[in-house]
Amino acid sequence: MAYQMATPAHSAHGAPRAHPSWSPYDNNGGTCVAVAGQDYCVVAASTRMSTGFSILKRDSSLFLQLSDQLVIVTAGFQADSRTLHKTLQTRYVQYQFAHRRPMSVGAMAQLLGNTLYYKRFFPYYTFNLCAGLDAEGKGAVYTYDAVGSHERVGFSCQGSGKDLIQPVLDNQLKAASPLVLPPEEWMTSLPLAEAVDLVKDAFVSAGERDIYTGDAVEILIITKEGTRKEVIPLKKD
Amino acid sequence: MLPVPTSHSPALGPGCAGPSLAYASASTRSDIAPPSAQQPCCGSEPFMVDPSAAAGLGLRRHTDTPYVTGTSVLGITYKDGVMLAADTLGSYGSTKRYKSFERLAKVNDATVLGAGGELSDFQYIQTLLDELATEDYCADDGMQLTPREVYAYLSRVLYNRRNKFDPLWNSLVVGGLEGGVPFLGTVGMIGVHYTDKHIATGFGQMLARPLFRERHRPDMSEEEATELLHDALRVCYYRDKQTTNKFQIAKVTAEGVSVSEAFALETQWGYQAFVNPAANALGTW
Repeated sequence: MAYQMATPAHSAHGAPRAHPSWSPYDNNGGTCVAVAGQDYCVVAASTRMSTGFSILKRDSSLFLQLSDQLVIVTAGFQADSRTLHKTLQTRYVQYQFAHRRPMSVGAMAQLLGNTLYYKRFFPYYTFNLCAGLDAEGKGAVYTYDAVGSHERVGFSCQGSGKDLIQPVLDNQLKAASPLVLPPEEWMTSLPLAEAVDLVKDAFVSAGERDIYTGDAVEILIITKEGTRKEVIPLKKD
Repeated sequence: MLPVPTSHSPALGPGCAGPSLAYASASTRSDIAPPSAQQPCCGSEPFMVDPSAAAGLGLRRHTDTPYVTGTSVLGITYKDGVMLAADTLGSYGSTKRYKSFERLAKVNDATVLGAGGELSDFQYIQTLLDELATEDYCADDGMQLTPREVYAYLSRVLYNRRNKFDPLWNSLVVGGLEGGVPFLGTVGMIGVHYTDKHIATGFGQMLARPLFRERHRPDMSEEEATELLHDALRVCYYRDKQTTNKFQIAKVTAEGVSVSEAFALETQWGYQAFVNPAANALGTW
């Protein structure tokens, strides 16, 4: 960033300038995907951190792994994301002291929604997925906007590459429309290995067209046995 | 003993100066809710803005825009530790206002800090770090903050100040040695922070970082690391007009912290590309 010489804080008419000369937000890019299966959850995120046309770091993780059954993944503004993760990590520990049991995905999903809404009028510029296994051992994915609206879904995608990936997931996972009544099963029946392959393909394709997605993709595979991590390299250009 | 006044206001959080009495806490007022999940631990109102900033809204505009600025800071890890490099210029717009301003500073025996951006804010940050060391009750047991702790602290300070809409206008680089392992991190004015094997702020991100990506290895010798930094600084001097040919290199090794005397680099202005820079840049004009 080139530092500009200070300019007068008043406009030509002498009225105070309405806007500050800097932005409290940045978009550091990154894409994340989560797919819920009958007995698994696949969560993936790219590792490139950018600002504008510059790459800041090639191996930055978007994950907050709270336990081997519960993970939050965040794209958007890195400083807000790290702050949010710090808060949630602390609240996760406090919850366990208070309730003497691990936090369920549903509880964390609600907490994340509340934490985001708490900053409704100076929002965290973050785009989150909360994923894990629910009480029945089924995959659970919750998807959010920056101010805390959320919904449980069968799969979702957030961040810079979402425009490229979400339609592919819609098509490949053949989710019944939520408008169909009576409601139909929306969770994918895809076997785990095929879901992982789909996620890999999605990231390779997004990396081809989205400059904020690249370098590598971290994939967390959550089953009742625990969490397994894979790292797949992407193009570095 | 009388408490020493510090630059921290407990109401406003790290890095915020302000009257300590400005916050209404449950201990002084009965109508205030005690700290809870929705109330900050300090007892102040959520989203509290620095009262002194709010009082003169539209008038108090000290560091809304930077005045005296420093340009890039470069940093690399190498075999024995970490090296930081910067020039010594404090620019006032396009004026070379301060020509021997040291932008690399020792924080403690294992940590150095380099700064670009508003230099008065950098000096204020040094005050904060000095106070932190002064107030550290563990110091007598031979403890000091690790580089990672300094980095974590500074990232919170800068992020907190952006939340108050009164940012510290700096890009900081923290370097150090932690249990024999090199540490290198950077923090920007809105709180974006990351660690890497090599780092450059400001123009250096465009000019020096490509050189680092090509030539840097974590197991470089001191000579190789110095040479790489010299080459990167030289490119910054050639292409960034806010850079002067007066540099310092700071080093953190197992022996401790050293900040070099200022030095100049050999430059060569006779390159054909410099003689007629437009010769190979055929445009529509």
